[in-house]
Amino acid sequence: MLQISCPYCGARAEIEFRCGGQAHLERPGPHDQVSDRQWAEYLFYRDNPKGVSLERWVHRFGCRQWFNVARSTLTHEILAVYGMGEQPPQLEGTKR
Amino acid sequence: MSGFRLEKGGRIDRSRPLSFTFEGVSYEGYAGDTLGSALMANGVSMLGRSFKYHRPRGLLAAGLDEPNAIMQLEDGAQARPNVKATGVELYDGLRAAPVNAWPSLSFDLLSVNSMFARFIPAAFYYKTFMWPHWSLFEPAIRRAAGLGVSPEASDEDIYDKRYAACDVLVVGGGPAGLQAAQAASRSGARVMLVDHDAQWGGSLMASNRHVGQDPADDWIGRVVEELRAAPETQLLNRTLAFGFYDHGLVGLCERLTDHLPLAERSGPRLRFWKVRAKSVILATGAIERPLVFPNNDRPGVMLAGAGATYAARYAAAPGRRAVFAVNNDSGYESAAVLRRLGVDIAAIADARPGLSAKGAQMAASGINVFTASTITNVRGGKKVRAAELHKLDDDGQAVKGSAALVECDTVLTSGGWSPVVHLYSQAGGKLRFDEQIQAFVPRECGQHVLCVGAAGGEFSLTQGLADAARAGAAAARDCGFDAADIEPATVDGEAFGNIRPIWQVDVSGLAGERGKAWLDFQNDVTSDDVALAIRENFKSVEHVKRYTTLGMASDQGKTSNVNGIGVMEGALGKPMAQVGTTTFRPPYDPIEIGAFAGRRVGENIAPLRPLAAEDAHEMLGARFEDYGGWRRPAFYAQDGEDEHAAVRREALAVRDGVGLFEASPLGKIEVAGADAREFLNRFYVNNMATLKPQRCRYGVMLDENGVVLDDGVLACLGPNRYLAGTTSGHAALIADNMDEWLQCEWPDLDVVVQEVTTNWAVMNVNGPRARDLLRKFDCSIDLAAEAFPHMHVREGEIEGVACRIQRVSFSGELSYEVAVPWGFGASFWAALMDAGREFGVSPFGVETLMALRVEKGFLHVGADTDGMTLPQDIGFGGVISRKAADFIGRRSTMRPDSLRDDRRQFVGLECLDGSAKPLTVGAHVLLPESAPPALTQGWVTSSVYSAALGKPVALGMVANGRERIGEEVKIWDRGVSRRARISAPGAYDPEGKRLHV
Repeated sequence: MLQISCPYCGARAEIEFRCGGQAHLERPGPHDQVSDRQWAEYLFYRDNPKGVSLERWVHRFGCRQWFNVARSTLTHEILAVYGMGEQPPQLEGTKR
Repeated sequence: MSGFRLEKGGRIDRSRPLSFTFEGVSYEGYAGDTLGSALMANGVSMLGRSFKYHRPRGLLAAGLDEPNAIMQLEDGAQARPNVKATGVELYDGLRAAPVNAWPSLSFDLLSVNSMFARFIPAAFYYKTFMWPHWSLFEPAIRRAAGLGVSPEASDEDIYDKRYAACDVLVVGGGPAGLQAAQAASRSGARVMLVDHDAQWGGSLMASNRHVGQDPADDWIGRVVEELRAAPETQLLNRTLAFGFYDHGLVGLCERLTDHLPLAERSGPRLRFWKVRAKSVILATGAIERPLVFPNNDRPGVMLAGAGATYAARYAAAPGRRAVFAVNNDSGYESAAVLRRLGVDIAAIADARPGLSAKGAQMAASGINVFTASTITNVRGGKKVRAAELHKLDDDGQAVKGSAALVECDTVLTSGGWSPVVHLYSQAGGKLRFDEQIQAFVPRECGQHVLCVGAAGGEFSLTQGLADAARAGAAAARDCGFDAADIEPATVDGEAFGNIRPIWQVDVSGLAGERGKAWLDFQNDVTSDDVALAIRENFKSVEHVKRYTTLGMASDQGKTSNVNGIGVMEGALGKPMAQVGTTTFRPPYDPIEIGAFAGRRVGENIAPLRPLAAEDAHEMLGARFEDYGGWRRPAFYAQDGEDEHAAVRREALAVRDGVGLFEASPLGKIEVAGADAREFLNRFYVNNMATLKPQRCRYGVMLDENGVVLDDGVLACLGPNRYLAGTTSGHAALIADNMDEWLQCEWPDLDVVVQEVTTNWAVMNVNGPRARDLLRKFDCSIDLAAEAFPHMHVREGEIEGVACRIQRVSFSGELSYEVAVPWGFGASFWAALMDAGREFGVSPFGVETLMALRVEKGFLHVGADTDGMTLPQDIGFGGVISRKAADFIGRRSTMRPDSLRDDRRQFVGLECLDGSAKPLTVGAHVLLPESAPPALTQGWVTSSVYSAALGKPVALGMVANGRERIGEEVKIWDRGVSRRARISAPGAYDPEGKRLHV
């Protein structure tokens, strides 16, 4: 069970959070100008990094705020926590 | 009968005799015994039958590494299957039985299996019982190969859970653990020291050592006393650290009452701790490895260290005359302990070619020490009669003609020691193979964890204590404490020496049949099985493990894994370092499921939420059910009615008069802010941009895959203020969803979202007399039809209490949903029932609601829809085409698959056979002439008997259904076919005349 530092509440156990999957997805639009391929990539295609994974989490049983996390899929170490809309920090092994 | 009780010594309390039974026979032991030591002291040498061949087995080890002595304790609700006799503290009245013998231990019918051993090698079952299916054979095989019996009564015990945080967690209360805890504790850091044993001291308890100038016991006592007195330090004995998880989380299982007689137990039985530690020190010691030679599983063949532990700690001698077979110096130390306590040492066979200093000392004292020799066979079946010894050549092969037969009742072996690196490995730690001690030792780990003492591969106690003292202080410093290094204790008289790795005694050069050599005693895996797996090309250690089941028993291969890897080294011809280990997984020792469940059992698994007027429903005879986590009346049974009769009566009451329904669980989400309208327009399929204040609109929400997620009524309370209704089970999900979109995708929108479901109790007054009933109340809202039409919302007061009223209807009748603050819900219900008496008001339940909405053909998301249903499938194609703006899931409704014209569509189904019996939900819709099995055209999704229409009505999803209205179909359910006709949904009042009154 991870220990995640909510930027608003501090370090809490993983069971208080929910993972919302890969961060920094861009929703294509407008709907009538998006190809099937673009839409499929947005819906289904995800990175599967060995190393740094950028993902969004919500403090579901806390402040209910969303934020981004950089987590190593190898060690489960949390390398950075940063706000929604912010750019990910420069980390070795991050896919650009 | 080999074992016996020594006349003095040991850490048992001879003033407290305890009686217990094993296989129905009464015995006596003492406080301080384990079940294993008490059985040994009573001369019971055969404690179980092996899993596969049903060979007689006795104690191999003295701790949780024990593979053989698996017991069933007690019976009824207190039955505990598959516990290790070595891990059970003896208590008065304990009843134990072996798990794997029938009809009895000494006469086991299935021991014939061992005669056919050559025919049931590894993977025999996989290869043999393949046709037609393994499941046909499994029950019989499981019975034959079973371990204990599950308790038949439900568990009456209470289990506790606790969360804790500390700076330094020290696992293991032996010398290294005590030393590390002492060093960390003196800095004032929050230290936790845990050990699964009841007593502190670990390996020192069975030794004759001195720490500094004092007997080891004095040192243990002093350190424990100091730690107990330290305010920030917590000691937990009888507590097993069984799992190491992410970010310093360690799972502990504290056994609170298992050591007490049944009658004296009270309170929680186990306590499951989740400890988040900044730094962890593992002082978990090492496990001795048995030697692998023919018949090494006979009762009376034990680990050398275990033999010494039984004698020194428990005053239980394993036998009177012992032969030792060793490949390192630790066996000499065990021999010295036993000899001092009066056991005759018949011979020591040392695999190493020359005499070590310890060996020379032993030989000089008159013990027969054979160098470059080992044990090649054991004579005797249910007990040991003699050991066969042979010389070893330089390649480790037993030399023909060099035999010595030594009579004995006990064989004690030491094949070296393996550090207990389980928790380290679970933490993500990597291992390396250490040639010096021929074992896997810790290398590096991403978490803050350090192994000290034998767990770190350091078998010198003095050196281990020095390391532990340093590690304890360093761990405290890492946590920000000003920890000074302390002077570590020193220990006398120790040696391990070098080790000659003989992973499997090679007896191929010797004459005669010798029998199998066991690796994994509990799962009955022999060295031949490993060789067979490798011959069949299972070459990865993980594959060999699964093919042979080596290390997969309840002891998880504690005594067998490293030996198995050693045997693989020989068979594969590649070094052990490259063979590697299998993955260590929690738990270190089995933990009862109850510990994980804690208090969340029975009704507490998912506590149901009560309605505002629950007591009133109860009084009215409500039959409650779980609907989406709410405890709601399904119907109200009057005068012994069944469900069918009650639903029929309640439905007619609504159609003809007025009914009352508590709709409090209806999801309510307030959405407010300058951009609320824009946000809601993106959230719903419908065009919500045109919704005016005081108006309501039914809407559908999708997920981004276009799938119908939920539906409900959106009410516009005023400019920039909305109340979104959801289905009862989905309120939290939809509110979460709204938050996610607002925070992650559209942070520029000025909107706040708050779920208010339980702020408002909602009473639904439903039926033609609904207005008459509500007019009995003093209400600030004009209820007249023209002033307050269908699909409108009003805010005001009723009897001086704030209220919101929505004119919405799931029944097709005149209907008001009146919301009042939750605390007024119960009294409002009572007042409505009172005022409604003159109109014959009838309370109705969820099942009646379902019947009413099916009559009207109203969709129920989750019942009529599934994970493939798109809005156009339920008739929202027109709504979408008239809306220009994007909304969640819109692009998915435009995929080629979404635009297929043969998609299943939501329709009504009219029974044509005249029967009053509703169609079966889930029944398939087929073409009338088709003979099943045939391709399905869809299925029935909702089906009830309509009291108002006097016939069954149903809804379903049917391929291209809207185009096929009027067409006859066959409804097929498990061999029974019925005739039906596709219709528009909504058989009752299809024009909706009854709504606008």
